Amino acid sequence: MKKTAFYGALAVAGLAASTASAATLDDVKARGVLNCGVTTGLVGFASPDANGVWNGFDVGVCRAVAAAVLGDSDAVEFVPTTGKTRFTALASGEIDVLARNTTWTFSRDVDLKFEFVGINYYDGQGFMVPRDLGVASAKDLDGATVCIQTGTTTELNLADFFRSNSISYEPVPIETNAEAQQQYIAGACDVYTTDASGLAATRASFENPGDHVLLPEIISKEPLGPLVRHGDNDWGDIVRWSLNALIAAEELGVTSANVEELGAAPTGNPEVNRLLGTEGELGAMLGLEADWAKSAIAAGGNYGELFEKNIGENTPIGLARGLNAQWTDGGLLYSPPFR
Amino acid sequence: MTSITDPPRGSFRPSMLINDTRYRSYTFQAIAFVVLALSIGYLINNLFTNLAAQGLDIDFSFLGAPAGYDINQRLIEYTSQSTNLQAAFVGILNTLLVAFLACVTATIFGVLAGVLRLSNNWLVRKLMAIYVEIFRNIPVLIWVLIIFTIMIAVLPGPREFRGDDPSATMFLGISAFTNRGVYIPLPFFERGFGGGLDFLMVLAVLVGSFFGARAVNARATRIQEATGVRPATLLTNLGIWFGPLIVMFLVFGLRFEVPELKGFNFAGGIKVGGPLIAIWFALSIYTGAFIAENVRAGIQAVSKGQTEAAGALGIRPGRIMSLVVLPQALRVIIPPLISNYLNITKNSSLAILVGYADVTATLGGITLNQTGRAIECILLLMLFYLTISLLISAVINVYNNAIKLKER
Repeated sequence: MKKTAFYGALAVAGLAASTASAATLDDVKARGVLNCGVTTGLVGFASPDANGVWNGFDVGVCRAVAAAVLGDSDAVEFVPTTGKTRFTALASGEIDVLARNTTWTFSRDVDLKFEFVGINYYDGQGFMVPRDLGVASAKDLDGATVCIQTGTTTELNLADFFRSNSISYEPVPIETNAEAQQQYIAGACDVYTTDASGLAATRASFENPGDHVLLPEIISKEPLGPLVRHGDNDWGDIVRWSLNALIAAEELGVTSANVEELGAAPTGNPEVNRLLGTEGELGAMLGLEADWAKSAIAAGGNYGELFEKNIGENTPIGLARGLNAQWTDGGLLYSPPFR
Repeated sequence: MTSITDPPRGSFRPSMLINDTRYRSYTFQAIAFVVLALSIGYLINNLFTNLAAQGLDIDFSFLGAPAGYDINQRLIEYTSQSTNLQAAFVGILNTLLVAFLACVTATIFGVLAGVLRLSNNWLVRKLMAIYVEIFRNIPVLIWVLIIFTIMIAVLPGPREFRGDDPSATMFLGISAFTNRGVYIPLPFFERGFGGGLDFLMVLAVLVGSFFGARAVNARATRIQEATGVRPATLLTNLGIWFGPLIVMFLVFGLRFEVPELKGFNFAGGIKVGGPLIAIWFALSIYTGAFIAENVRAGIQAVSKGQTEAAGALGIRPGRIMSLVVLPQALRVIIPPLISNYLNITKNSSLAILVGYADVTATLGGITLNQTGRAIECILLLMLFYLTISLLISAVINVYNNAIKLKER
């Protein structure tokens, strides 16, 4: 019977895989709801508020896609995933798109058979330490105990960083951000490391954010972006261009405030017209309504608005635009043309 | 003359497969087998079809690739450049370590609580009942979290030992209890041959003492059986156990390396990690409650007449328990004990909750995540847990056969 149970488990894995069908767009439309994988809770990126409504930067991407596809930014089922469960959830078809500050790497793209549709945040791994520890540089961390969120690229970067600097450390792998915070606050580890944006978000949720400092070293490149399964290119295109629409909207000066007005009738700018569907057939090419991008932008605003509202300098998280500014402002955001 | 003949043997007809009770069960078993085999075949086929459709395959070559991550608790040599297979072995050893430690302490807790639950003292009896009911009826997952949270909240961090007027001090100046673990002095020989060899030497001396003490006891038993008077063996045994050890310590110069605060953490001495303590204690105290009930059931299964008969012979209560009741109770206690040990081993996979790097955390956690080889990793994990569980069952069954009632 042991053997039977063994094959049974194999089979369950097989059955789960079979639910992932090719035409995701049809599934989403038939369901009337977009299943979007997010973090289990990282303030500013994805976390539920007191009423259970999800808010955040990654959540904004989910809502934009839902608005583009279904015309309703609230038609999203948010599926909280951990660093460990996120890829299985996406591969098995439990979620249609994963927007969970996930780093675009070669092996995830190629070996795990996922498709990264773009980058919504250029990040890098940093370190947070208590201020009274008196540490000024990550290279002073010899012998420190480091809390890491397991199942991420961070634990590999960390091993590389300490090895290349010939200093030692003691890793403490933690399953979720909340548990890591708890251990860090209790002093069970000296350092907490994850993406710099995540550290800023975590610090913002502390009682005394000023007692903790982020070290200057950024030890890796972490381009974070939404991803979908390999093999359904139509769906990949929809998510990719929904994200690009948000970025292009900022560049073209289309905001949630003026999108209705600009989208009502053709304007003097042909690119704005094509983006908002008053000119050309871009929506139909994606298999969506002509005003798909208008709905996506109206859902939470353009990229810049989403950034300022959730993680910008006027929020507790206080991240500067930095690399995430438009290319015209010296950043890396550069949407391909809508044409 | 008449003779009894066998009833006529009808030739076999296919309809007998349904109508004849002699063959009917075979028919149904055969049908059930075919259906089972077909469904399993379908499911496996489904798995491979779907894997192929997604362009994936089953491939174990990732085990030879460098793991790339570090592990905080390791019993064998391991760096981030070691292979995934070595990472899995580190995890396996950690699983076995915590399972072994927890089995030993759970048995101690369980036997103590089980015996005390039958105590004549009302307070002790009720306290043990409360222990059993509380720990048995709350999931072990919650206990692991509670114990770990309390540990990191109550115990001081290494930082608090620093400064001229620290808020925390070392216990007796030689041990430190921190929320990262417990640091105790490390014994070593000043004029020894190095760690491993010294340890083997001490082990050899202890084994020698064990056999020496056994010989003394056997001789005492022989004399007792011949003369009825048992010679005193306590002092001789103490001498046999401690004499050679003390001589050895003096010859090689026993010293202790006391842990001291260095940099961010304590250095030197032996570190027993906080995660290990948390998962070890949680598993022991939880499973101990179940074992206590087994022990109580086993003791109550021994007829009261046995206790009374032993009492009538003038045996003291403590000896009645250890010489008369427990040996008989063991026959009832051992079989369910196997499943408790199996539970400990399997529940040790909760270790990742507190950051203890067991095999589920290395092979089934970080390796699975970094390589994305979910099916392969889970298959290997299943294989490991199945093997280890069957081994534990086998070992305890051997012991059970040794102590069970020999019926002649």
